[in-house]
Amino acid sequence: MTLVFQQIEGVAADTARAAADSLGAAAGHGTPPAGGGGSGVDFGELLHHVQDAGTIDTPFGMLQLPKFPPIHVGQLVIDMSPTKHVVFVWIAALILCVVAIAVARRIARQSVPTGFANLFEMMVVFMRDEVAIPNMGFAGLRYMPYLLTTFFYILVMNLMGLIPYGASATGNVSVTAGLAIIAFVVIQASAIRAQGLGHYLAHLTGGVHWSLWPIMIPIEILGLFTKPFALCMRLFANMLGGHIVIVSLLGLIFVFGSYVIAIAPVTFVVGINFLELFVAFLQAYIFVMLTSLFMGLGIQAAEGSHAGAGHDAPVHHAS
Amino acid sequence: MDPKALGYLAAGIGAALTVIGAGLGIGKLAAAAMEASGRQPEVAGQVRTSMIIAAALIEGATFFALAICIVLAFK
Repeated sequence: MTLVFQQIEGVAADTARAAADSLGAAAGHGTPPAGGGGSGVDFGELLHHVQDAGTIDTPFGMLQLPKFPPIHVGQLVIDMSPTKHVVFVWIAALILCVVAIAVARRIARQSVPTGFANLFEMMVVFMRDEVAIPNMGFAGLRYMPYLLTTFFYILVMNLMGLIPYGASATGNVSVTAGLAIIAFVVIQASAIRAQGLGHYLAHLTGGVHWSLWPIMIPIEILGLFTKPFALCMRLFANMLGGHIVIVSLLGLIFVFGSYVIAIAPVTFVVGINFLELFVAFLQAYIFVMLTSLFMGLGIQAAEGSHAGAGHDAPVHHAS
Repeated sequence: MDPKALGYLAAGIGAALTVIGAGLGIGKLAAAAMEASGRQPEVAGQVRTSMIIAAALIEGATFFALAICIVLAFK
């Protein structure tokens, strides 16, 4: 319970500082910000909290991140300076490494884990029995490291957006696009490994007469890209939308401009934070489940063409 | 009309239509799930799991449209 209140306090303090900044800026410019309510809250300023920035908000003040000079590679200009979401990507990776390695050591020492290691193992076994094996058969066990890494990494990144002073890096389309690109590579690699390069390219033609190939092949190739694109957009928009709703509801406090009225938005925000917690887990699970589903399609296409119909990979459930 | 104003208008109408589509789709899904659970209570757990997965997929499509509306509202 106290954790929830600290969280609200954190987000509210965050929004308070941003709104104070925006009101101060407005007073400095002499004109009220556009699109406001009673006290002129600028929605663009509120969005500041969910977007990428060159500064990180810490309890000890704003931390300015270093800006590196842009690198020119021919026509491209690459800006490698770290931003807020980049730093949170690193923090999430660090947290995941530390936690996962500690849990793995604990499980290696005592084969019946208790406590947090038990919870972790429960999620790993769930991934294996409900996601990897039903979708890909026992051949799927070789892809378990990738699936588990993706699941826990997305989960940690999503959850970091819910803590005070945190931001979810998955609310940045570049981060989810990177995850989707890796998923695309793994899906195609698993299909090529299962089917062989020749069969894989043959499936791209879709089994039509060779005169239709110039039409069919570009369509099939485009079709290969839509699925990871959907994965990317689904995760990105879910996370971004949730955080925008939370920030907007807290901004209502500043629209009304009174402390008494604050109880209503804060109650809504508590509810939405619980929903966001659920969505964090759900979206991580959906990303991994769809990736394993697409991989399973490639692997089953291989088994279908080799062994004929009616030959299923054996599926065991541990229960 | 001012193009910016048209942009805001389009973002608002787009978001509303998107939510209508999502609401209808997930509503039908939930209705089917309720009916299935009522007919065969022992599979209610599996039905609930499949329902949540399908709802997340439908919402994925919704969020594409919402992302476009957000881009429209801030360009």
